[in-house]
Amino acid sequence: MAKVFIYPGTSLILSDLVSRFGHRPLGSALSVREKVQTAGLDSPPLQITSEDPKKGLRFAAVEVPSGVRGRMSLFGPQIEEADAGIIIQDADLAFGCMGCARTNELVRFLLHRRGIPILELTYPHSDEEGVRFVAAIREFLSSLAGGASA
Amino acid sequence: MTPPVRIALLACGAEYSGVMPEIYEAARQVEAEVFYPDVTLADVRSAGRGFGLDVHSADLKLMIARAEALVEGRAEADAVFIATCFRCAEAAIVRNELRRYIHEGSRLPVVSYSFTERTTAGTLLTRMEALVTIARRRALLARERQEGITLGLDSGSSTTKAIIMKDNEVIGTGWRPTTQVQQSAEEVIALALEESGLRRSEIEATGVTGYGRFLLGNAIGADLIQEELTVNSKGAVYLADRQHGFATVIDIGGMDNKAITVQDGIPGVFTMGGICAGASGRFLEMTAKRLGIDITELGPLAMKGMGRNVPMNSYCIVFGTQSLVNALAAGNSPEDVAAAACHSVAEQVYEQQLQEVDIREPVIMVGGTSLISGLVHAMGELLQTGVVVPRHSQFIGAVGSALLASGFIRKG
Repeated sequence: MAKVFIYPGTSLILSDLVSRFGHRPLGSALSVREKVQTAGLDSPPLQITSEDPKKGLRFAAVEVPSGVRGRMSLFGPQIEEADAGIIIQDADLAFGCMGCARTNELVRFLLHRRGIPILELTYPHSDEEGVRFVAAIREFLSSLAGGASA
Repeated sequence: MTPPVRIALLACGAEYSGVMPEIYEAARQVEAEVFYPDVTLADVRSAGRGFGLDVHSADLKLMIARAEALVEGRAEADAVFIATCFRCAEAAIVRNELRRYIHEGSRLPVVSYSFTERTTAGTLLTRMEALVTIARRRALLARERQEGITLGLDSGSSTTKAIIMKDNEVIGTGWRPTTQVQQSAEEVIALALEESGLRRSEIEATGVTGYGRFLLGNAIGADLIQEELTVNSKGAVYLADRQHGFATVIDIGGMDNKAITVQDGIPGVFTMGGICAGASGRFLEMTAKRLGIDITELGPLAMKGMGRNVPMNSYCIVFGTQSLVNALAAGNSPEDVAAAACHSVAEQVYEQQLQEVDIREPVIMVGGTSLISGLVHAMGELLQTGVVVPRHSQFIGAVGSALLASGFIRKG
């Protein structure tokens, strides 16, 4: 079983795909499980305290906005822990959303810098693209050590 | 029971900065309720098309969608609080443009703020309180004449001021540096009473503003305890006799600065800054001290100098003081250094705060620093307009408090 970081971190579809192939998805669902009690489009993770952006200093300097550092306190440790990553570019908001464009840039950069296997795809806009999209993810997940066939 | 004032929150990054509890706490303290305006996913997808600003961050799209819902009447609120991360350029653009958009497209009072993880409820309290005052107390703010005998107190960070008014006239004043909040207040009350020739028992109503307003107001049983944003803007247009139409009020204080766009005596857009002391009256105090003169002499001295002869432009009071010391060591005249210090403070306020409000003439400067003629001159040059400094401008908070307190006089 590999630990696979998913981007966008909130994507339930990606999370589900990773789980179906016997791997462990790393993303918002896991990182904010302890923080969020009420789900929703704008569910405020009130349990995030002013200490979290300070933890984010490991991944972004102090002049980086506190919202970016707060997010990185959740995603940064997961990126360090990940064995692989799946990045979906230009995803529809309903597919998954991380909120902050600067955090997105940093997350993608740090994933690539890890040197782990990364699958990078553009979000599909037709049925045909959708089939190819799922097939590519399946092939990538199957290639990771310890995976299962769906 | 009065329903709470509903403040619509348009925010990006607040949840991840750990400041949401602080925002909720500040609202709770002024009996307000913070909420997110409801929008649909379709609203978020189309956000910005009508507004005309295409942003990359989804949370900023969400902010725009919520602002559009407020302006178009699809969501109801009494006031709007816009908050984004400090140092985020994309958010700063959205924050400023949304503030302008809501101000122009609705009658909702709006305030914007850029936070860090260190932002506390205390920092936000005055802004929230002003929003609540404007939303709930429009009738009080509509007062244009002082009636009866009232006492106004301004317990500021640097000085404490008292004003006694009778039948729309200032008849007593008191001014002292703030040391102990209550003790300083008692001293200025005594001074004002002596000047007015009245006894304390003759005071019919009392209003209190400034940093020490809660401690002081509760101790003396004030009729009105009010933040300084609304009180000062009310006092400014009253003293400058500009109670109708637009005006811009600038108050450069000892600890923070206020810039307020006023319409018919009611604040519309306001900013309150206090992050960098290089843009405060405190820097001018330090300049006067370093030049070996009294603060009252700084303005006239600056008027004799040429500020552009001395490089001085620092957000930070420590770096500003370094520039001051270097300038004097390089042989610059005290007049030029005084002028440069005034220009530096005016420029910081201009760059940091006046960009966040819509400057409407007349521009009225108030507070103790408005007596520093060099600073007023520098601000006028930067804004390319004449600046009005009304009589008693240094007592602005106390005058506003005395004026508004007359609404609490019990008749008969």
